[in-house]
Amino acid sequence: MISYVLRRLIQFVPTIFGVTLIVFFLLNVLPGNAAMMAGGKNRIPPAAQKLMIKKWGLDQPVYARYFKYIKGLCTADLGTSFISGERVTDVLAPRLWPTFKLAVIALAIACVTGIPLGFYSALRQGTAMDTVTMIGAVSGVSMPQFWLGLLLMYFFSVYLKILPTVGYGNGDPKFIILPAITLGVGYMALLARTTRAAVVETLSQDYIRTARSKGISDLLINRRHVLRNTLTIILTSAGLQFGSLLGGTVVVETLFSWPGLGTMMVNSIYYRDTPITQGCVMIIIVGFLVINLLVDLSYALIDPRIKYQ
Amino acid sequence: MDNWVKKIRKRTNLVAGTIVFLIIVFVAVFAPYLAPTHPWDDADLMISELPPSGEYLFGTDSKGRDILSRVIYGSRISLSVGVISQLINSVIGIVFGLTAGYFGRLWDDIVVAVANIMLSIPSLIFALAVMALLGPGLINVFIALGLTNWAYTCRITRSQVLGTKNQNYVKAAKAMGFGRCRVMFLHILPNIFGPILVMASLGMADAILMEASLSFLGLGTQPPVPSWGGMLAGAREQLFTAPWLSIFPGLAIFITVLGLNLLGDGLRDLLDPHMSETK
Repeated sequence: MISYVLRRLIQFVPTIFGVTLIVFFLLNVLPGNAAMMAGGKNRIPPAAQKLMIKKWGLDQPVYARYFKYIKGLCTADLGTSFISGERVTDVLAPRLWPTFKLAVIALAIACVTGIPLGFYSALRQGTAMDTVTMIGAVSGVSMPQFWLGLLLMYFFSVYLKILPTVGYGNGDPKFIILPAITLGVGYMALLARTTRAAVVETLSQDYIRTARSKGISDLLINRRHVLRNTLTIILTSAGLQFGSLLGGTVVVETLFSWPGLGTMMVNSIYYRDTPITQGCVMIIIVGFLVINLLVDLSYALIDPRIKYQ
Repeated sequence: MDNWVKKIRKRTNLVAGTIVFLIIVFVAVFAPYLAPTHPWDDADLMISELPPSGEYLFGTDSKGRDILSRVIYGSRISLSVGVISQLINSVIGIVFGLTAGYFGRLWDDIVVAVANIMLSIPSLIFALAVMALLGPGLINVFIALGLTNWAYTCRITRSQVLGTKNQNYVKAAKAMGFGRCRVMFLHILPNIFGPILVMASLGMADAILMEASLSFLGLGTQPPVPSWGGMLAGAREQLFTAPWLSIFPGLAIFITVLGLNLLGDGLRDLLDPHMSETK
């Protein structure tokens, strides 16, 4: 068990390293670009540009700046904003909680509805309910989030007038309902599809047929054999697809004017504030990687076989 | 041949998906003949924000442009993004996946490592980062989305190559003295093309959805070019006064993406009933 956890933790390091490499070079490959473009449409005079280049160390070669960035990362220093001059960590810290809250609630909504729907559909393969559920699921996957959000906003806020349209409302739970549902629906549909496929696959296994032939009740088979054996598959793909939910936060937050990392990232791209963009990208990716790490570690609890591999 | 016709007929997914896709292609190709007005030249503030009516089926937007015409022209953007960026994805994925699976060793390790890192970056976040580097614009959207999702194709190609490279027909081709490229691209590739095609269809759906998101955020296709996502960018502010602005472009995205997803699902069922449901 411990060796499995350790091995998985050690694998985590090169991935993080690779991600920083790709993200950093992607955002910093054009030298001086940042100074020229900083401030978006308001061009900065050449003399000031030179000063900025000097101040931010943009005259140094990319690899030197990369090592500096990595050194900073080790002490939780993500650099300073090009626009406001504030430390990136200070700018992003208050944005973490709203995004985290939104993502977790959306995740909870998706898991609580998507997994049971997938199960239900698989156990009633070929029935009308199965077809309806799967049509619903493929529709959910195909729905652009901002459109779904607009429709929900129209129905609940403009037509029924029972929920607020946009904003954070200082943490008032009423404000999170629509964004969380908007963000959760696509992921719920993905989960329902994955779960159904995994359960259908498991149901065709020999050990299920053996259990049936022994006269074990369907309920017990579903709980003991099907659920346990599909849970790892469901968790794995849930973890891998969690990225789509995290990416969705950018769109949903922008639509609902939610003060999280996503809106910050979009704004920083408008203003060409590279250190902020980079900080948002890194935090979102690390969040995604940590979730997948947790998923991998949870196997050891769900599936005892993994401990011995 | 008869067998195939029967097989296809049973697949509602495939049939529905194909029909939707063909309709979108038709609309995109014949947009100038189908659209009642020009998508951005015919702006007329006198007729701004008219609700849907007999004259303007989908209504008009805040600049007095006919939404139906803009939705029709928007199909060109979405379709070209889907086709071109997925083509880039497929080519990168196939080349890396084929060579990694076939040559193995160090090259395989490198490709797998890079692909795994790519898979650990959420696609929309990566696409946004590329757009941050390149700046907005349609061509940049092609490039950004073309560089985003290749790892899926790469992974599936590689695993297919690993499964086929020791089969007799590959050994026979090698024994006949054919070069590596010929064996890879003319012997192995055609035999593993099914799963790649499925990925391409699902990838197109993904690319169209992502372009819409980028344009919605104001970082993709720029106005006045009518992109479905971009048309919804300002719709939120007019939700109280002109809700129809929000409906039709979104519906167009939804139907197109749904069609491509159904096509992908149908192709997968047809080509390989055992392939898993996940990406």
